[in-house]
Amino acid sequence: MNAHAFEGGFANPPQDGAFAFRAIMNAIAKPGTIFSIQGGVPPTGLSTAAGSVILTLCDPETPIALMQSADNEEVRNWITFHTGAPIVSAADAHFAVGAWTEMMPLKQFRQGTPEFPDRSATLIIECEKLEQSGAFLRGPGIKETNRFSLPNLEAFQRNSELFPLGVDFLFCAGSQVAGLPRTTKVSEV
Amino acid sequence: MNEYNFAYLDEQTKRMIRRAILKGLAIPGYQVPFASREMPMPYGWGTGGVQVSAATLTPKDTLKVIDQGADDTTNAISIRKFFQKTANVEVTEVTKDATVIQTRHRIPETDLSDEQILVYQVPIPEPLRFLEPSEPETRKMHALEEYGLMHVKLYEDISKHGAIATSYAYPVKVEGRYVMDPSPIPKFDNPKMEMSAIQLFGAGREQRIYALPPYTKVVSLDFEDYPFEASKAEHSCELCGSHDSYLDEVIVDDTGGRIFVCSDTDYCSSQQQIIKEAV
Amino acid sequence: MYVAVKGGEKAIDNAHAWLSEERRGDLAIEELSSDQIKEQLSLAVNRVMAEGSLYDPDLAALAIKQSRGDLIEAIFLLRAYRTTLPRFGCSNAVDTDRMTCIRRISATFKDAPGGQVLGPTFDYTHRLLDFKLAADGEITDVPMATEPLSSEIPHITSFLNTEGLIQQEPNTQSEPQDLTREPLELPASRALRLQSLTRGDEGFILGMAYSTQRGYARNHAFVGELRIGKVSVELDIPELGFSIDIGEIEVTECETVNQFAGSKTEPPQFTRGYGLVFGQSERKSIAMALVDRALRWRELGEDNLGAPAQDEEFVLYHSDNIQATGFLEHIKLPHYVDFQSELELIRKLRREAEGFTQSKEAAE
Repeated sequence: MNAHAFEGGFANPPQDGAFAFRAIMNAIAKPGTIFSIQGGVPPTGLSTAAGSVILTLCDPETPIALMQSADNEEVRNWITFHTGAPIVSAADAHFAVGAWTEMMPLKQFRQGTPEFPDRSATLIIECEKLEQSGAFLRGPGIKETNRFSLPNLEAFQRNSELFPLGVDFLFCAGSQVAGLPRTTKVSEV
Repeated sequence: MNEYNFAYLDEQTKRMIRRAILKGLAIPGYQVPFASREMPMPYGWGTGGVQVSAATLTPKDTLKVIDQGADDTTNAISIRKFFQKTANVEVTEVTKDATVIQTRHRIPETDLSDEQILVYQVPIPEPLRFLEPSEPETRKMHALEEYGLMHVKLYEDISKHGAIATSYAYPVKVEGRYVMDPSPIPKFDNPKMEMSAIQLFGAGREQRIYALPPYTKVVSLDFEDYPFEASKAEHSCELCGSHDSYLDEVIVDDTGGRIFVCSDTDYCSSQQQIIKEAV
Repeated sequence: MYVAVKGGEKAIDNAHAWLSEERRGDLAIEELSSDQIKEQLSLAVNRVMAEGSLYDPDLAALAIKQSRGDLIEAIFLLRAYRTTLPRFGCSNAVDTDRMTCIRRISATFKDAPGGQVLGPTFDYTHRLLDFKLAADGEITDVPMATEPLSSEIPHITSFLNTEGLIQQEPNTQSEPQDLTREPLELPASRALRLQSLTRGDEGFILGMAYSTQRGYARNHAFVGELRIGKVSVELDIPELGFSIDIGEIEVTECETVNQFAGSKTEPPQFTRGYGLVFGQSERKSIAMALVDRALRWRELGEDNLGAPAQDEEFVLYHSDNIQATGFLEHIKLPHYVDFQSELELIRKLRREAEGFTQSKEAAE
């Protein structure tokens, strides 16, 4: 394990975790709105935002899947050292991190069960940038409509049709995060 | 206060609660099981709300705690002191100055903003519990969206009393899917649940968390010919004169004399201030 | 003019001050020390540890002192403290075959290897108040055994097992779930049920067990064996590649031998109930074994008789005295907002009912 694995955690876990969680909660509660998140300094392969999400939410009880673009020795060591989360395949993951194209098909992730729809994966999607433009979003957390730069429409539409099952998304770029829970309806207009 | 972690709970417990909150927000009205911890106050005193607040608070927050609408009720004071001590956060009694509000049995009269978070203390999160005592059974009913029993109960009320005989903890349907217990707020407060703030519900003893993102559709169950009615005492507040706030009845002498005053103490004092300034 | 009552904060502080004064009692009487409680009220300490799910006699004694002897309050103090402790891992199963017994009895055999050892029991004391104790609690000579008990006393059920007369418990080797770290989900595994029973309220478990004896899912229990003593707790350390002994705890273990199960394909066999409780807690461990056995109806192919002790959900959801007392006592907190809404509703319903009666009378 190289030295970097031991660095880049939260400097003050209770406080950094609290601020980061507020950003994540706002992101899921207000789909498509971009929030700032920091605290984590992960190795190459993870953005500040994705690293901070992992430090905030993951521990030995939450298996993580690393998709190809996020899967390298340094990332593995960093996650293991700071969170203790087991690295697993997509089907067993509570969280997955990687690029959008690697997440396909969404069916490979846990979708929840009719009695426990919460037992579903949260996908952390690394993006080039996040923008408050593009697809129209409607649903809980949105007053009328919101707009967000989604990488695709159809996959999200199919996911929301599964409600109350389905997966939830966190989009990360640099130190920004935005969310899209399964309840959000997305369309071109 | 250094003996305990920020906001009392250890980080692993907070992560577990935070994950439950996120899934709760993603599936509005669905009760997420969580491994509730034993808190240093008894079950029934708001351990669910306290755990949700503890996992939500940041050092920059300003906390307000109300019980029965009032900031000065003993348990509200006790919980407020707990967070002052363990999280060192600012506290306030002014609704609009608070960023996190923990409540038992009321929604503040003042409209909340999208910068605020309302945390409810919940005793029995399962709206179907008094119709079906078994947890695996009610879980199945939610899974199958099988809410006939609830409508039968409400309808039996009507045939027996001529009206729906539920005045608090009046069940709601969230986004047309899950029937949810709004916690024991008076039904007067039900229409306020479609709001700009994030609403989080914590039931400690029953180990459940649920949530409503802002602007989520929340409909009180009713029948076309017996529509839901948000009722209150048909009086105005003795102290501030408000006609449209929820009122407590206070017995003032031993001959049955009584007056009505706002249950929301912050709202009442702000109304009194407005009157004073106008004079 | 009406002025709302204020000053709740002061009232709380004053109540706490008064409470501590009451706890101390008459200052002319010497203060009780935690050590005295630990040494001289050890069965109370044991109960608090068992239901507090924390083996620490010093803290349990302190909790009893702080709670003025209200054991449920003391259990609560211990539980709230326990919550703040990190979880290090899961120990190996304690080996009760290697228990250093202070008591070991069997009701099913007159004698067996290891012998019947009465130990420090109330069983054959005459329940006469000992007025001498009020003045002087010094003990008289206690004779010592001439030879120590064997360090390995085999379990009675193992003798039955050699003949295949008793049902075998599979060793799953898996780490059990932790009731305090995961929300209870039904149906629960037996490991989870036993966890719940061992920390459940002694009175509740006793009442449930008693109900089975009186016919609500009777399961004909014999105390195959009851043993009390110290066992060592071992923890596997993966980094070391072996397990280390982290300490010793006193436990009470009860194994009941119950009515047979069997079928056309399997010959009749005795079945088992199991109780294991921190400290010297005989009543609790026997009761636990009876309730455990009653809850096993499904796996043993018995009928559900609708008895309370067979209802896993009923037993597990209502056995915890900290949950129960919290919810029970919370109804003394203010509920006037809800009560007000009920007042308005009942007035409205009565107005409507009276209006209906009047208009009916007018019509007649």
